[in-house]
Amino acid sequence: MALTRRYLHLLRPVFSARLLTTASTSPISIETSLPFTGHNIDPPSRSVQTSPHELLSFFRDMALMRRMEIAADSLYKAKLIRGFCHLYDGQEAVAIGMEAAITRKDCIITAYRDHCLFLGRGGTLLEAFAELMGRKDGCSKGKGGSMHFYKKESGFYGGHGIVGAQIPLGCGLAFAQKYSKDDNVTFMMYGDGAANQGQLFEALNMAALWDLPAILVCENNHYGMGTAEWRAAKSPSYFKRGDYVPGLKVDGMDALAVKQACKFAKEHALKNGPIILEMDTYRYHGHSMSDPGSTYRTRDEISGIRQERDPVERIRKLILAHDLATEKEMKDTEKEIRKEVDEAIAKAKEIPSPDPAELFTNVYVKGLGVEAFGADRKELRAVLP
Amino acid sequence: MAASFGVSSAAVQAVKSSASPLPSPPVIRSEARPISGRINRSRKAGKIATHAVAARTENPASAASKTGHEVLLFEALREGLEEEMERDPRVCIFGEDVGHYGGSYKVSKGLAEKYGDLRVLDTPIAENSFTGMAVGAAMTGLRPVVEGMNMGFLLLAFNQISDNCGMLHYTSGGQFTIPTVIRGPGGVGRQLGAEHSQRLESYFQSIPGIQMVACSTPYNAKGLMKAAIRSENPVVLFEHVLLYNLKERIPDEEYVVSLEEAEMVRPGKHVTILTYSRMRYHVMQAAKTLVNKGYDPEVIDIRSLKPFDLHTIGNSIKKTHKVLIVEECMRTGGIGASLTAAINENFNDYLDAPIVCLSSQDVPTPYAGTLEEVTVVQPPQIVTAVEQLCR
Repeated sequence: MALTRRYLHLLRPVFSARLLTTASTSPISIETSLPFTGHNIDPPSRSVQTSPHELLSFFRDMALMRRMEIAADSLYKAKLIRGFCHLYDGQEAVAIGMEAAITRKDCIITAYRDHCLFLGRGGTLLEAFAELMGRKDGCSKGKGGSMHFYKKESGFYGGHGIVGAQIPLGCGLAFAQKYSKDDNVTFMMYGDGAANQGQLFEALNMAALWDLPAILVCENNHYGMGTAEWRAAKSPSYFKRGDYVPGLKVDGMDALAVKQACKFAKEHALKNGPIILEMDTYRYHGHSMSDPGSTYRTRDEISGIRQERDPVERIRKLILAHDLATEKEMKDTEKEIRKEVDEAIAKAKEIPSPDPAELFTNVYVKGLGVEAFGADRKELRAVLP
Repeated sequence: MAASFGVSSAAVQAVKSSASPLPSPPVIRSEARPISGRINRSRKAGKIATHAVAARTENPASAASKTGHEVLLFEALREGLEEEMERDPRVCIFGEDVGHYGGSYKVSKGLAEKYGDLRVLDTPIAENSFTGMAVGAAMTGLRPVVEGMNMGFLLLAFNQISDNCGMLHYTSGGQFTIPTVIRGPGGVGRQLGAEHSQRLESYFQSIPGIQMVACSTPYNAKGLMKAAIRSENPVVLFEHVLLYNLKERIPDEEYVVSLEEAEMVRPGKHVTILTYSRMRYHVMQAAKTLVNKGYDPEVIDIRSLKPFDLHTIGNSIKKTHKVLIVEECMRTGGIGASLTAAINENFNDYLDAPIVCLSSQDVPTPYAGTLEEVTVVQPPQIVTAVEQLCR
């Protein structure tokens, strides 16, 4: 929601902005299509409080995320983005639903499939594309790349390449929140592949031991790169694997279900300590741009999910069913989004690469250089080639 | 000092008196003399591959002779793996997506179909544990080959590699041998980001009890893979992300390459350039320029990162009296740093100039292409360094 508000003041009054400004914030109640399943906990109600404004902003934000990822695909094929690029299309509902339930003071930390979460936390398209293309105005100055998006002021802690390593970090964020008694929570996100990492269970034990306000969110897209969940995990019921930590299974393709679950989880975590949320979701792309994504799953499976469970389509249907906007208005919104994304890419392409001197900055905090000094500590010996 | 020379010949002795009941092909020495007697299973009767130097595609003689077959480096690795799995049923593979997926760099493609899901085991993403599992299996006699999808992921298994893999043979008073091979792609690639561009040879080199080798051509990749699997010691085989698609003609007949020996890439007399893995290619590129400028560099691919082949290196230094090390490790604590110390200790009298070591910058590898390029050593720097050394 805040994401769209950010754009509102930048856009000249066009269809969707008018649509959003005039959209009502009066509550409407919608039932999630699937019930929640609880482990050692009573699941929340299926009835979610939302509003026309929220639904329209869900649509806009998810469509924007979808468009950004598709554009990133093209940029990668055009070799403007290099290295590893892990796309999130199909999983947008998790990012959007979560944002709707929390504040910017709550922390989110995730792994390398982080572009959309960055956007959800208030990152701009320009920062995202600039970083993906390795330009100096990227969110990490072009030094991090696709797997290292961060936004400290909005509580987005990245952006991590090594599977599972972000979970103990998240535990630390939650620890600090408990330490400062600031009534905020941490959402630490990981995939079904990472769910088999030992460090997850270590972190889980500690979070439970000390009642940390930690919410572990397993984005179960059913494949750890090329390995299906049932080939990697004895028990693919990730929400149950916390054992003594309660869990909730959520339809991760339903933004409203995600919102409800995250709201519920936040209340729980602040009172009772950690909880696991398993988001049943799906990624349309392969694991990364280097993986076709079709050697271990059928095209029928992918198109089947796209037809039946696509998160953006769901919200579109809801909006149309409740007469909150017309088909034309929604199509116009999508056209605007496309234009926005194209403009951001064009601007990002103009940004230069980082200056070579940037190689040595941010290795340490200022004061301790990377340049090697001579024996008298004054003469600079290591120089850039 | 004698010990460093002794390692090389001791290893040779071990091969000669190997208790393995399985037949062994000739071990190729860098002086191009085959040493052990029996030639078995040669598909070409009486023909042995005697060149430790990679058959270069620019060499018209070897291209014209048309013996052997052309492979890409990852295929050579696969051939080595497959031949060893065929030869010894105790050899198995552990790793992420090595089985059904065929390996993220296709090194194990087709092997799961051939040998089954237990011998080519698709592990969950649990590096620490499956590396430990490999060590445990090795303690009972299996010979697992562990793949780190990227070497950097094996940092999660550091304890298992260091304490269990490296030290168990010693702490058990010799009761257990750990014949594991730990392999995977590492090094700085094309904008893979800091965490996926690591050079673990820096970190592992202090671990007592392991051997480390780095392959750089399809020929030595296959030879080193086979040698590593046959070795009773734990061996870490460093491959490089950018070298998997190198093409070369390799012999049809079976061959194994020595784990402890360096490879003479280009004999010369003005300066000894020591390098390994991807930097070998930057060095050879610089060598072209240097030759045009009238220099005659001797290029040695050290291949064995632990222990160093100080015999080959020493002979070269005694000839040229100048050393340039070109490595991809960072300046601090890398292979170059150790090699510099070892050469200074052993061959100080033969040096006419201080050793020059060109390494990567001590920074996390940046994503931006321009910055990444500046992080690693580039051919112009190598040319400049040689010119300065030879002044």
